[in-house]
Amino acid sequence: MIEVTNLSKSFDGKQILKDISTVFEKGQTNLIIGQSGSGKTVLLKSIVGLHQIDEGDIVYDGDSFVSMNNSERRRLRQDMGMLFQGSALFDSSTVEENVRFPLDMLTDWSLEERRDRANFCLERVNLKNVNHLFPSEISGGMQKRVAIARAISLNPKYLFCDEPNSGLDPKTAIVIDELIKELTQEFDMTTIINTHDMNSVMGIGDKIVFIQNGVKEWEGSKEDIFSADNEALESFIFASEIFREVREYHRKVKK
Amino acid sequence: MIKLLFLNKKSGMLYHLGKYTLFLKKVFGRPDKHSVFFNQLIREIDKLGINSLGIVLVISIFMGAVVTLQTAYNIEMPFIPKYTVGVAARDSILLEFSSTMVCLILAGKVGSNIASEIGTMRVTEQIDAIDIMGINSAGFLVLPKVLAMIFITPLLVLISMGVGIFGGYLAGTLTGEVPPAEYIYGIQYGFRPFYIIYSLIKSVVFAFIISSVSAYWGYYTFGGALEVGRASTKAVVTSSIFILLFNLLLTQLLLA
Ligand SMILES: Nc1ncnc2c1ncn2[C@@H]1O[C@H](COP(=O)(O)OP(=O)(O)O)[C@@H](O)[C@H]1O
Ligand SMILES: [Mg+2]
Repeated sequence: MIEVTNLSKSFDGKQILKDISTVFEKGQTNLIIGQSGSGKTVLLKSIVGLHQIDEGDIVYDGDSFVSMNNSERRRLRQDMGMLFQGSALFDSSTVEENVRFPLDMLTDWSLEERRDRANFCLERVNLKNVNHLFPSEISGGMQKRVAIARAISLNPKYLFCDEPNSGLDPKTAIVIDELIKELTQEFDMTTIINTHDMNSVMGIGDKIVFIQNGVKEWEGSKEDIFSADNEALESFIFASEIFREVREYHRKVKK
Repeated sequence: MIKLLFLNKKSGMLYHLGKYTLFLKKVFGRPDKHSVFFNQLIREIDKLGINSLGIVLVISIFMGAVVTLQTAYNIEMPFIPKYTVGVAARDSILLEFSSTMVCLILAGKVGSNIASEIGTMRVTEQIDAIDIMGINSAGFLVLPKVLAMIFITPLLVLISMGVGIFGGYLAGTLTGEVPPAEYIYGIQYGFRPFYIIYSLIKSVVFAFIISSVSAYWGYYTFGGALEVGRASTKAVVTSSIFILLFNLLLTQLLLA
């Protein structure tokens, strides 16, 4: 479980996040949604400590991130896996080397053991026979899988995904979403996913936090989202024709 | 004007000098896995050093040739012996050309390479991917480059000296301006080994400037491809200026 309390963050005097508090449960896929530029990436990177926050705290299963010293933070980082928006694979390393990287750097395992673990992770994301290819030689969807395999290679307790299906076709996007959800349940991770894709919200949204201009506007489950009484949220969701129709349908069914 | 240049909070020289100092502290901070580090170092020596050998050879041979011919044309007086051309060419090559010239060229080639590589890693979040694992990304990415440059640049400068002097020999002989025997006598006449040491000391300092300053611009890139290009230009310009500045300082310090 990750608890965020009164988190604020600004860059050069420009406030990006204002007083955000929420809780992300274990074993669930928690979604942060909002328009482009609303501060989702900054929020996620503030939670994992890539950005230093101005105010507030992030509590990882009872341990306050703000009051940790450097070595405690390093230890916590080994329990974190992160999937970046553009996959962020190392382009001069092969697929296997990418997945092995955290193991090479942070474990004392033999090469044999590290290889086995990398192969296990690659198989878990349904990738085979690509070990020796370079990231530029595989498709965007496969790159995402490699990045997921790298993120779970150290068996993390916390998984963070920044727009995991951006740049993917709708079908591949669903496959990636489902994969993240499966892994979350299988390894009982606390997973936080940034997205602006309503398909993901309806597909895998156990909990949804909606932010707009750096402020938390609404939170709840996907079941609540259609009946939510929040103007900003409505205009975000119903920007798409299809969801307007879904709403009409819901209303009719209720009557 | 002065205020803009030095004291501007976000772009002034003092701001960058402070940030650069903190960056160096990170680069030389807690190292991670030694075995991985060693592999990185070998890779960088190959990529930054061995790959620069070609351009160093070409520049050096032409530079030696031009210096020799210009000196020869300038002392066309009968009472000055021809071997002085060899002396003058040798001293300019050993003292100045092979260190400063070669390092300025390296600032262009290696500097832009380092800044754009690290800058690309920054904007594609590869650096974040390293940081999130609790690995010191500045140390991991930059230290091997700095050490590789410090190791390989003096060697390149030494090679440049030899090739430059040989270029002078070729030019003098082929044009008939300086007879071979005179040139060879000249390059040995009053030779001071300290000139070589002096140049090597300079080259180590320049290597450090090129690698660390370029890495600094790359590491703090923010944005996209356009900003990576800008970082790489800044890397070349800033490291060239600092090379010239330190050339002056070290000359005062070592030769005065
Ligand atoms: N390192 C940074 N320095 C300054 N401003 C930043 C930085 N990172 C993000 N921002 C700004 O924060 C705002 C929110 O960005 P972001 O979190 O990337 O949005 P989202 O991920 O929701 O699309 C944007 O206006 C962006 O320009
Ligand atoms: Mg984003």
